[in-house]
Amino acid sequence: MPETPRSSGETMIDIANVTRRFGPITALDTVSAKIREGEFFSLLGPSGCGKTTLLRLLAGFDQPTEGTIAIGGQAMADIPANRRPTNMVFQSYAIFPHMNVAENVAYGLKRLRLGGGEEKRRVEEALGQVQLGHLGKRRANELSGGQRQRVALARALVMRPKVLLLDEPLSALDKKLREQMQVELRHLQKAVGITFILVTHDQYEALAMSDRIAVMFDGRIAQIAAPKDIYQRPVSRQVADFLGGMNFIAADIVGEDGSEVCLETVGFGRVTTERPPGFVVKGRSATLGIRPERLRVLWDDDTSEHEIAGTVVDRHYFGEITHLIVEIPGLQQPLSVIETNDFGADDIPVGSPIRLAYDPEALVAMGD
Amino acid sequence: MTAASEASVAAETPSGGRHALLRSDRAKGLALISPTFVYTLIFLLAPIVVVVVHSFWTQTYLTIDRTFTLENYKTALTEPIYRDLLVRSLYISLTVSVATALFAYPIAYYISFYGAQRKSLWLFLITIPFWTGYLLRVMAWKVILGYNGVLNEALMGLGITSQPVSELLYSTNAVIITLIHAWAVFAVLPIFVSLEKVDRTLIEAATDLGDGAVRRFLRITLPLSMPGVIGAILIVMIPTVGDYVTPKLVGGTEGVMIANAIEAQFGRAQNWPLGAALSVTTMIVVSLMAGACVLLLRGLVRLVR
Repeated sequence: MPETPRSSGETMIDIANVTRRFGPITALDTVSAKIREGEFFSLLGPSGCGKTTLLRLLAGFDQPTEGTIAIGGQAMADIPANRRPTNMVFQSYAIFPHMNVAENVAYGLKRLRLGGGEEKRRVEEALGQVQLGHLGKRRANELSGGQRQRVALARALVMRPKVLLLDEPLSALDKKLREQMQVELRHLQKAVGITFILVTHDQYEALAMSDRIAVMFDGRIAQIAAPKDIYQRPVSRQVADFLGGMNFIAADIVGEDGSEVCLETVGFGRVTTERPPGFVVKGRSATLGIRPERLRVLWDDDTSEHEIAGTVVDRHYFGEITHLIVEIPGLQQPLSVIETNDFGADDIPVGSPIRLAYDPEALVAMGD
Repeated sequence: MTAASEASVAAETPSGGRHALLRSDRAKGLALISPTFVYTLIFLLAPIVVVVVHSFWTQTYLTIDRTFTLENYKTALTEPIYRDLLVRSLYISLTVSVATALFAYPIAYYISFYGAQRKSLWLFLITIPFWTGYLLRVMAWKVILGYNGVLNEALMGLGITSQPVSELLYSTNAVIITLIHAWAVFAVLPIFVSLEKVDRTLIEAATDLGDGAVRRFLRITLPLSMPGVIGAILIVMIPTVGDYVTPKLVGGTEGVMIANAIEAQFGRAQNWPLGAALSVTTMIVVSLMAGACVLLLRGLVRLVR
């Protein structure tokens, strides 16, 4: 089920028990992760979760209070930021205002004193990669947001780093440009084969671009997995909630069997699902989750092996989809259902009885 | 979609009749600055016009002959005494302004980069010498630099010299030292402001691209704070050329500057037209020197990066 990343599988970055404290505040709390070579890895979480702190530790702008970081098998403790095999695309892009585009991109190469037109060739290549080949002479203050982002990208790529760090690179762009850049960044990463680490608070961005995602809350990594796994099999309510809507149903644990767990709920009855990693049994209660789009409206005489019945109590129209709020007898919380409008879900009257079908595979057990 | 299409479209200025012009931002801007503009016109431009006009006239004992002449400029430019005074004034003001900027830069840099929560306290402390009058501060330097002054006592006490150095006070150097001290704050402030405006992320970006502390200072911090340095140099250079109090008090005969000569022409010598011609000449020469300085500094910055 997990998508096989295009990476070679060698560990590029090894983050081991890293803690960073700022006075009384613990920004990162014993974080460990292994990031593979050639991987597109995302750090996803709400603001203040420590994802940017972790990125700055990797870049060398900050040092961990405890723990170690190794990049390409080399310990980074004594290596200052300017000698690390990483380059960064800053959130504000940090384009040098007193230089033109080509000078910005050539900035890091100047120190290397490349001879024989090599510098010029590499600058042109990098500008070509981000489709800015024609703008070399343009001044930094004459660029649009999207162009500045491309210059920042080219300036980092031209250094041929082992790891490219991206600090919310798309957050300053408008929606349409952002979606376009997501695709472009993904293509670019595949073309150059460099390990990309993306910091973002936008779950769709992380899901669309990454090979793997680390979801962070309060300075800890809650889960590391491929986008599909993390969306379909979140380990906790917090992760499930952060990655889109999820119906939470209180459940009792009635049986455990190594890799599986058996839950008893009102409405969905007895459900046996795979035991998620990090699932800790506290007492006899747990939570069962199902994504709103995995519940399907049953029309007229349709039947399904797995169905539950209830009453529509509210309806929200969103153009191509409709959100239905369905009350199920015995459930504390009504279920949220997302249905496409091609069969007329937007015309279901509020108050009418409704039957919903679901796939037991879509049910996921979470610790409370 | 290509990158070119992302280019922002420049806002088109709406073309309209005269009413549109009156309601335009331009008209509003002009209206807003008009009080200051009038003030400048009366108190700055008008006196300059008076001086310039006088410089083309001739003093005939008690009255002024108002026929156009260039005789005053001929005197101002060819008379060795005025030429020497002008050259010395330029030397002093150039030395003072460059030295002040050099001293002020590290102070401003420290406050801006390491001042943290105490930036305003540091700036406040720097202004403390200004709580005493200018004359008193100049007098203080007389005490420090004098024959039996603090500096000579210290030099002798340390065994560096066996008898007092008499060249300290009443010399060009005394003028330079006093002026540097007097103008330091005026140089610290513009440099501080321009350093404050340097986006710290840019310095991080330079580090990220491989620059050590020295290189990123020369390639990012210094060029971006150059407007402040240029401002500081101009702020110090232009008034110091015209200073005549400091040379009178600590300069002796060797430290006399062009402004002392101008003062003499407007005062005791009673030759306003010659004084005016000397003033205009000084103004033009200082402007040229200031312009040359700006161009030179910009060129240097370009070379470094």
